[in-house]
Amino acid sequence: MIRVPRSVGISGLLVLMFLYLPVMVLIVLSFNASTMGVEWKGFSFQWYEKLLADRSIIDATVNSLMIASISTVLSLLFGLGAAIGLETWRGRHTSWMNILILLPLVIPEILMGVALLMVFVLFQVPLGFGSIIIGHMVFNVPLTVVILRARLRKLDPTWEDAARDLGATSWEVLTHITLPMLRPAIWGAALLSFTVSLDDFVVTFFVAGPGSTTLPLKVFSMIKTGMTPEVNALSAIMVVVSMVFVGLSWIFQQRAPVSPTTPSSSE
Amino acid sequence: MIHLPSHSLPLPLKCSFWAAALLLIVFFLFPLLVVFGVSLASRGLYGGVEWVGTLENYRRLADPLLGMIFLRSILFASMTTLVCALVGFPLAYAVARVSQRWQLVFLTLVMIPFWTNFLVRTYAWILILRADGVFNSLLIQLGVQSEPLSLLFTDFAVGIGLVYGYLPFMVLPLIVAIERIPPQLEEAAYDLYASMGGMFRHVILPLSKPGFIAGGVLVFIPSLGAFITPYLLGGGQKMLIGTLIQQEFLISRDWPFGSALSFGLMGIVLMLGFVVSRTFLGRSAR
Repeated sequence: MIRVPRSVGISGLLVLMFLYLPVMVLIVLSFNASTMGVEWKGFSFQWYEKLLADRSIIDATVNSLMIASISTVLSLLFGLGAAIGLETWRGRHTSWMNILILLPLVIPEILMGVALLMVFVLFQVPLGFGSIIIGHMVFNVPLTVVILRARLRKLDPTWEDAARDLGATSWEVLTHITLPMLRPAIWGAALLSFTVSLDDFVVTFFVAGPGSTTLPLKVFSMIKTGMTPEVNALSAIMVVVSMVFVGLSWIFQQRAPVSPTTPSSSE
Repeated sequence: MIHLPSHSLPLPLKCSFWAAALLLIVFFLFPLLVVFGVSLASRGLYGGVEWVGTLENYRRLADPLLGMIFLRSILFASMTTLVCALVGFPLAYAVARVSQRWQLVFLTLVMIPFWTNFLVRTYAWILILRADGVFNSLLIQLGVQSEPLSLLFTDFAVGIGLVYGYLPFMVLPLIVAIERIPPQLEEAAYDLYASMGGMFRHVILPLSKPGFIAGGVLVFIPSLGAFITPYLLGGGQKMLIGTLIQQEFLISRDWPFGSALSFGLMGIVLMLGFVVSRTFLGRSAR
């Protein structure tokens, strides 16, 4: 094992501290009793209490969770076929689909936002939950496909061949072999889609309508109109939630099965 | 890889494949075409779109003032990419080369900010940089400064916000690239009396190029179109493309001109993609 040179290691640690400094500041200040400024006036839970008493924040949270769940489930349903299809029909008239899948991941989000906004308005599609869910699916489906394909390529094809040799129909191969082996990737993709959808600001900002305010939109308007320490509390909660999600994604990745039977036996 | 014969894909999967294709055609490809169409139309009296063909919107792009905004945006995006590469490399190298057990810990630590809301991470910098913020309080308390520095709403604030926001996009591809370099190559370099600097310059940096390229693209594109960061940390005073597009669509309500701007932005992105893929393919063919 190569030793990391001390100077490189120390600069690496400094960069890591740079990554965490703002997050730490946020969490510490969310417990500050002071109403104004950053001066420490004692420990307090008051901002969290105010937050939980704020009806509009609860509503925005519910909206966000609903939109993220629906767009995640739909993206999985759409993405599974796209991923397996692309791997199965590799090279056969699918290069256009490859490009179509990759483009939404590299185009600046603001472009997707304004483009969708114009289409919805010009074709008189009402802005609201539907438009936000569609907007999120445009980046969640490609994300799901990329993750699932990475896993599909690592799977051992002999399992499927064996099943087919033993007379399994293509549906049985899918449900008994492919899907169980894909399971960690499916969970990983779902988790990532859910987080990205929960966090999305730009696309949501353009395609949201009245009554469909999501949590990031709420945070944005709170930052814009006079900053109260409630924003700190809300932000701190969001940071902690994302930490939990990262933890969960690690757990799923640790349980990558080597054969189709392992995942079911471990549950 | 799975090699089912194509006819054996079950029907529900086929449906889901075509549904995904349809979704992306209708709600991604078609909207981009609409942007192009609208950019050739005229602005209606009350902010709508009037379908009268014109090149006026593209003529307005030639305005030197707009040229400055595009240049500023490209400059900001390039600086962000460069700083992310410089700052991200030591962290990526350390994560790629620590022992297996620590690697998981460090990778998780790098991932957490990546999964944290972008808006929240940008907002944290307001708390740090504003006149009565954490940084100024610290300087005054330490007696370094008697008056607070005005840091928020400056180019510096926007730059630091962009670097902070997109650093994980640089670090993660770099980790992958560095991990692929066999450690034996480093040992060989040291055995042949390379200094640490020489080893990095001649072994690690050239072999990490795919990571730098992938990370560079992933950082450059979103920072070119960024609009939250310049809006919140720059105060929206000095325009960047992202803030201008947002303004044309939501405040001035000049969709045709906003569309022309968006198309200009996409042009830059596509050109970058073309150049990168060409140089990239050129290298792997050799």
